[in-house]
Amino acid sequence: MTPAFRIHLAAFLFLLLMVGGAGRLIYIEMSEKDFLQDQGDARTIRMERINAHRGMILDRRDNPLAVSSPVVSLWANPSELPEDQQSLVELSTGLGVSVEEFTLKMRRAESRNFVYLRRRAKPSDADAILSLGLPGVYGEKEYHRFYPGGEIAAHVVGFTNIDDVGQEGIELSFDDWLRGKPGKKKVLKNLYGEIVRDIMPVAEAVPGRNLRLSIDQRLQFLAYRELKSAISQYQALSGSFVLLDVQTGEVLAMANQPSYNPNNRIQLDLSSVRNRAVTDVFEPGSTVKPFTVAVALESGLDMGYTIDTSPGFLKVDDAVIKDPRNRGVLDLGGILAYSSQVGISRLALSLNEYDIWKQFQTLGFGEVTGVGFPGESSGFLPNRRRWKDIERVTFAYGYGLTVTPLQLASAYSTIASGGIKREVTLIADQVSEGERVMNARIALQLQSMLGRVITEGTGQKAAIESYDVGGKTGTARKIGENGYDDTRHIAFFAGFAPQYSPRFVGVVLINEPKTEQVGGGSIAAPIFSRVMSNVLRLLSVPPTDTREAV
Amino acid sequence: MSGDFVRRLPGGATSFRNHRGEFTWFNLDPWLMLILLSIVSFGLVVLHSASDGNWVVVEAQLVRLGLGFGLMILIAQIPPYFLLRTAPLLYGLGLILLLLIYPFGTEVNGSRRWLRVPGVLNFQPSELMKLFLPMVLAWYFHERHLPPGLKPVLVSCLLLLVPAGLIIVQPDLGTGLMIATSGFLVLILAGLPWRYMLRVGALVLISAPALWFVIKDYQRGRILTMFDPERDPLGAGWNIIQSKIAIGSGGFSGKGLLNGTQSHLDFLPESSTDFIIAVLAEELGFLGVVSLLALYGLFILRGLMMSLNAQDTFGRLLCGSITFTFSVYVFVNIGMVSGILPVVGVPLPLVSYGGTALLTLFAGFGLMMSIHSHRRITLL
Repeated sequence: MTPAFRIHLAAFLFLLLMVGGAGRLIYIEMSEKDFLQDQGDARTIRMERINAHRGMILDRRDNPLAVSSPVVSLWANPSELPEDQQSLVELSTGLGVSVEEFTLKMRRAESRNFVYLRRRAKPSDADAILSLGLPGVYGEKEYHRFYPGGEIAAHVVGFTNIDDVGQEGIELSFDDWLRGKPGKKKVLKNLYGEIVRDIMPVAEAVPGRNLRLSIDQRLQFLAYRELKSAISQYQALSGSFVLLDVQTGEVLAMANQPSYNPNNRIQLDLSSVRNRAVTDVFEPGSTVKPFTVAVALESGLDMGYTIDTSPGFLKVDDAVIKDPRNRGVLDLGGILAYSSQVGISRLALSLNEYDIWKQFQTLGFGEVTGVGFPGESSGFLPNRRRWKDIERVTFAYGYGLTVTPLQLASAYSTIASGGIKREVTLIADQVSEGERVMNARIALQLQSMLGRVITEGTGQKAAIESYDVGGKTGTARKIGENGYDDTRHIAFFAGFAPQYSPRFVGVVLINEPKTEQVGGGSIAAPIFSRVMSNVLRLLSVPPTDTREAV
Repeated sequence: MSGDFVRRLPGGATSFRNHRGEFTWFNLDPWLMLILLSIVSFGLVVLHSASDGNWVVVEAQLVRLGLGFGLMILIAQIPPYFLLRTAPLLYGLGLILLLLIYPFGTEVNGSRRWLRVPGVLNFQPSELMKLFLPMVLAWYFHERHLPPGLKPVLVSCLLLLVPAGLIIVQPDLGTGLMIATSGFLVLILAGLPWRYMLRVGALVLISAPALWFVIKDYQRGRILTMFDPERDPLGAGWNIIQSKIAIGSGGFSGKGLLNGTQSHLDFLPESSTDFIIAVLAEELGFLGVVSLLALYGLFILRGLMMSLNAQDTFGRLLCGSITFTFSVYVFVNIGMVSGILPVVGVPLPLVSYGGTALLTLFAGFGLMMSIHSHRRITLL
């Protein structure tokens, strides 16, 4: 064996070794490539959720009522958090909690790998904490819902929960419209879970759509302000104000008391969350009398038809129906103007009870309106096969059925629009054609009769300087433990302005005012007047009182 | 070329070709120089990426490479005659330094490897031994009849085992084994009889189970991890799992420089030192790996030619040992990174970021060049 053979052998062996090494690398690269590439991707590529921007809720003039602003939610993986005291102090100071509290919280969450440190921090605050660079602390971009209108439009707009899902009001009923579609993106993460770069969005976040409400924030504010001051003045339980646009059926303002601040719901009283104008039902009392009169007009009676209300009371079945005083002979307009119980009862007894029921039903009582508001009540409209006289009578002046303030406003806007019933809506520019449900002549006659309520009757406090208006007061006693309670009542006013070719319908409801004065005429009518006068001026409705001196 | 090999058998050939036409400059072999420069440049590109595009690292490596080439050129000027004469002295010096470690060495991470002369020097005597041991063995066999008999084999084994043992007990098993390997390569090249090799091989095989109980826990762990990285995926197996993923995800042409996810997102540890070939594989893929290995192959071929062309036994043995030790480094590094050898901390020669080992390599190349370029001069 020569050394030359030896050196060649060695060379051969070593080249073999090199080829073996190279072969091993190539083997890994080629044969296990797919598996190992997946493994590599599994370590570095993550899908991250891109939260979508929720659409804004705007008023009809594009003022924001609900907006989403970007915030950062901080969360931690407790098992990755640093152990040393200094980091914990820094972190808890940044979060504004004590170290002990923080450590306790983390210890409780030890077994999980996700715990929120702070939801919806201001981006600057979150950055301050994230920039500490502590392992195990992460931030997720979210959106915080803010309601610039605060309590004023709270009931209509509603609110979302912390996960940006609608819970009440428009936020709930139009959740699908407002809500964006969260996207997904592929990101590259390093060993420490930090996002190194975005690779590509897999699905773009689709922002939610804006929603323009029919509400006019200025009018909403007017209504809310007057309602709130009245509620506190009369120490009433609750109250509602609904303002409709007669020509379109749009809700221009819908205010309730008590209200709440949707931006701070820590101590939220659930009873203040209800949008009482659509969720709560009341016996409407005298406010439905014009509809009974409408049935009379339709049955062929004319406006001049008179009824003798003497001697100021009427015995029906076992009950006695009383007027405050004997008003003598009244025409139909007079019955409405003075809100005569005896007059309307006599009238009702002369009419077909089914026609009255049908009239109420046609005007929308007993059915939800088309507004599509969550929790809306349909009210209650009894459909009896046989009507006792007392039932016919009480029904005609607004007992034995229940309505929501919105239903009442809708019914009045049918009178105001000359007999056209339009779907009420909270969304801007959703004008419905409407359908004629009342003879135009009758609607006009009712407008003129309801004007007398203001000029000479119970609703004089609803009068507005320089404008003729029409409307009807209502005072409904509430049901107590022993039947109707004389001490607790609801004050209504439902009216429209101007009196002829009305543009706006307003309904005021004050629940259980505690004052010496009683009734819709003295309590609800002035609120109507104050709000409506401002509305007319604000919207530049020309004054109707332009008569020249004769 | 293979025909040339046969005609110029180092043992018998007494005539060699006239090399006047061949370009030489400062006793440097142009081919080896070219191959080295290619590997080094390639390595710098990979290192730049492996260090996340950090030019400071690249500059530091450039300075080291400059020093290395300087050292190589310097050593290439030394006549082999002088090297032969001083080999036993150097070996003795190396042994003394290794022994000095025990009273004077500084302890780093539980092992004494460094000798410090404050403000003057700071080095690992084991690095010197990497060259001094092959030198002394080549010297020892230089004037002996080859293949060696039993006595020379035993003497050379002693020469080999003393420094290797001293290094292993530092403890630095990797370097110790590598030095033993380089010495053993001299023995093989000198014509160590097959029967001895077989006997030693058999002995190692028999004692292997016993060895299992001698080695330390962490070493045992490394061997187990090699067979099954998943047994401790977050600990000992981490490196190998991550590097296999890096290599495997490179594909044919890789993800591109600076685009490797394993290496740049901190999954791959030691990415600019021991595991740098995983970065290369991930970012330049199959093509990159094959190119680098081809360059290494060229180096081995050239080293082999130089060895075959060497004029005397000393030159041939030394040259061959350095060449093959180099290829062992490459193989061990690849084996370790690709999971067929335990993780022993051997850098990829000329490419990994690192100091002293690089200088030792260049010193070795210097020796090779000296032997090759001085071969026409009649020695002794």
